[in-house]
Amino acid sequence: MEFTYAAAPESRSVVDIAPSYKLFINGDWVAGKGGTFPTINPATEEVLSKVTQGSASDIDRAVKAARNAYTKIWSKLPAKERGKYLFRIARILQERAREFAVLETLNNGKPIRESRDVDIPLAAAHFFYHAGWADKLDYAGVGKSPKPYGVVGQIIPWNFPLLMLAWKIAPALATGNTVVLKPAETTPLTALLFAEVCQQADLPDGVVNIVTGDGRTGAALVNHPGIDKIAFTGSTEVGKIIARAIAGTEKKATLELGGKAANIIYDDAAIDQAVEGIINGIFFNQGHVCCAGSRLLVQESVYGTVLDKLQERMAKIRVGDPMDKNTDLGAINSAAQLAKIKELTSAGDSEGATRWSSPCELPEKGFWFAPTIFTGVTESHRIAREEIFGPVLSVLTFRTPAEAIEKANATPYGLSAGIWSEKSSKILWTAQNLRAGVIWSNTFNKFDPASPFGGYKESGWGREGGRHGLHGYLLTTQKSHSQKGGK
Amino acid sequence: MNSVLEHTDGTDSGLKRFLATLSGVDKVGVEARAAMLGTRSIKTTSKAWAIDTAISMVDLTTLEGADTPGKVRALCEKAIRPDPTDSTVPSVGAVCVYNDLVKIARTHLDDNNGARIPVAAVTTAFPSGRATMAVKIRDTHDALDAGATEIDMVIDRGAFLAGRYGEVFEEIRAIKAICKDRAHLKVILETGELVTYDNVKKASFLAMMAGADFIKTSTGKVTPAATPPVVLTMLEAVRDYYEMTGIRIGVKAAGGIRTTKDAIKQLVLVNETVGSEWLSPTLFRIGASALLNDLLLQRMKMRTGHYASANYVTVD
Repeated sequence: MEFTYAAAPESRSVVDIAPSYKLFINGDWVAGKGGTFPTINPATEEVLSKVTQGSASDIDRAVKAARNAYTKIWSKLPAKERGKYLFRIARILQERAREFAVLETLNNGKPIRESRDVDIPLAAAHFFYHAGWADKLDYAGVGKSPKPYGVVGQIIPWNFPLLMLAWKIAPALATGNTVVLKPAETTPLTALLFAEVCQQADLPDGVVNIVTGDGRTGAALVNHPGIDKIAFTGSTEVGKIIARAIAGTEKKATLELGGKAANIIYDDAAIDQAVEGIINGIFFNQGHVCCAGSRLLVQESVYGTVLDKLQERMAKIRVGDPMDKNTDLGAINSAAQLAKIKELTSAGDSEGATRWSSPCELPEKGFWFAPTIFTGVTESHRIAREEIFGPVLSVLTFRTPAEAIEKANATPYGLSAGIWSEKSSKILWTAQNLRAGVIWSNTFNKFDPASPFGGYKESGWGREGGRHGLHGYLLTTQKSHSQKGGK
Repeated sequence: MNSVLEHTDGTDSGLKRFLATLSGVDKVGVEARAAMLGTRSIKTTSKAWAIDTAISMVDLTTLEGADTPGKVRALCEKAIRPDPTDSTVPSVGAVCVYNDLVKIARTHLDDNNGARIPVAAVTTAFPSGRATMAVKIRDTHDALDAGATEIDMVIDRGAFLAGRYGEVFEEIRAIKAICKDRAHLKVILETGELVTYDNVKKASFLAMMAGADFIKTSTGKVTPAATPPVVLTMLEAVRDYYEMTGIRIGVKAAGGIRTTKDAIKQLVLVNETVGSEWLSPTLFRIGASALLNDLLLQRMKMRTGHYASANYVTVD
């Protein structure tokens, strides 16, 4: 008998989306100068609201507000008082978790199960974690009494909108910086709701400023002379543009960029759990994950078994309405991203790899892509080299551990990697030889605010999270007197 | 003899060699998968379907020292008509009793329109399994002679944990030989005493290779029993065994499944691991006693829109 799951939609009634949004500057909602643009639900293409295209003058206004707040209030506040604000924000995020989860799913297209169980709890956890650090920075490992930079410009991506905001804002505030944050063009709504949380927490005006807009707004922020540091998460391409833009200035930067992670399955792995790890590695969040395990490296002796089990498991992935509590794979975030996925997968076909997609029905409206694997992929194929940022897995094989390392490291990226084996000595050897900032063994896509995250090579500069993440927002004591904003 | 057995000669060393070829089970991973499947939201029509399916899979059980003929007859009544006020409620999968009460159960079922309901007997010195083989064989013969058509045997966990796989294998084979075409054999692994998921997987294969028709988690006398990750591990073993041999082995989750929510989680595990072929009492059973009343209360709630008190289901 077939066990079909009746629709189990999460209620939309917990969110109250305004018809349009202004910019959040100096604790207030202010009209921008750059007009507005619609923001949609990628699962239905329904227009949810209109948001403001932040202009260069809006950015200027926000940076000045942040500087003013830094100089007059935030830098004078005892550290433990900063911590209290962060604790307050964390608690409000927990209290309003359902509202944030629903809004995130509506604007991003990710399944409600993930926004509910991963994004929002982790975002709150980041604020809790950093709240604890605020008055303990002497122990952050950068010398006694480290100082903040001052005003930080932060640009975040659309894949985990609120979580990336938390990764940026929590450490910046804990270390005593003030912030101008630009959310991604396609997913501004939870950042705007977060502005409400700042008001609710009585955060002093100007400590957090949120300016929506597209890449032009981001460029204005990067190029603004009043910014001490840029923190960016996004593509390697844009990361390079930012690096060039700030070259020769006093601006510092942390960049968290692309990846093409190897997920290595040894023949002595716990195969059923490894298959779950492959699924979680590439199909979590529709594969819109910079650290996604997008290159599967399977030892040849278990290739057949792994592939059979993987396809059987992929056929069970529930694709569809992101608001349904039983959905595993939601919508692709935008038409542009869908086009990019289609372009790269077509390249996979034409370069001779074999495509297999899960036999699922895709909704007619919205942006969708079925879970897909390519076999017969070689190192030279574009789908083995370029970041697809979608639910597409390239499957390669290896014969020996040394070959696995060689292939895993043969990429300009170095963000993450996965190792599957029941033999711990092999796991340790492999981890030592992988050139990747985050290595998971017998798991994948696990995040914790206490664990530093960041990449080798073209995957980025610096780390976010943990004690290491604080370094990106602090000047050591010795240098602080010669730096602008460090007084 | 099935094809998996070609890989082993049935000796300790042969079985050890074969079981070592099975990939391990990662504790964190299997628990995470089971927990994730536990978040499935089963509502409205699918909940109604799941409740009736679960009722039809219940092995309605009483295994107490205090069991009496009267208690067993009441249980049989309930097995036939779980809700006397509602004839649309399906009857349960089987009645499960100690073997001296099999005859009473069988007679009562036959006399009351319950002939289609099998009687399962626990044998082989249930629950501990600590007796000589002669006793275990006699125990099983008694149950069959009294009319049991399902035999729930326990494995010798001591032998398994000591690595005497051949002994466990031979015991199951011997009981299977007695059951032949007369009864279905369910082999109880007592996973709470095997402790690790690796052991659960190995014992599952051992039982399947030795001729089990069903593999069953627990006696109900040891906790933990049928936890979702344990059942998931066994379902994965069953799925792999089917891939290897084309033979479908059933799974019985027994012990600790007390609420409708628990039961539905089990059905989700089945659905998303081995698939819909197993969603039938011929391949999946839930050993329980208190569960049935909760299923009935939830069923009433779905029909009437409000919860009834426990006074509206029969005491058993």
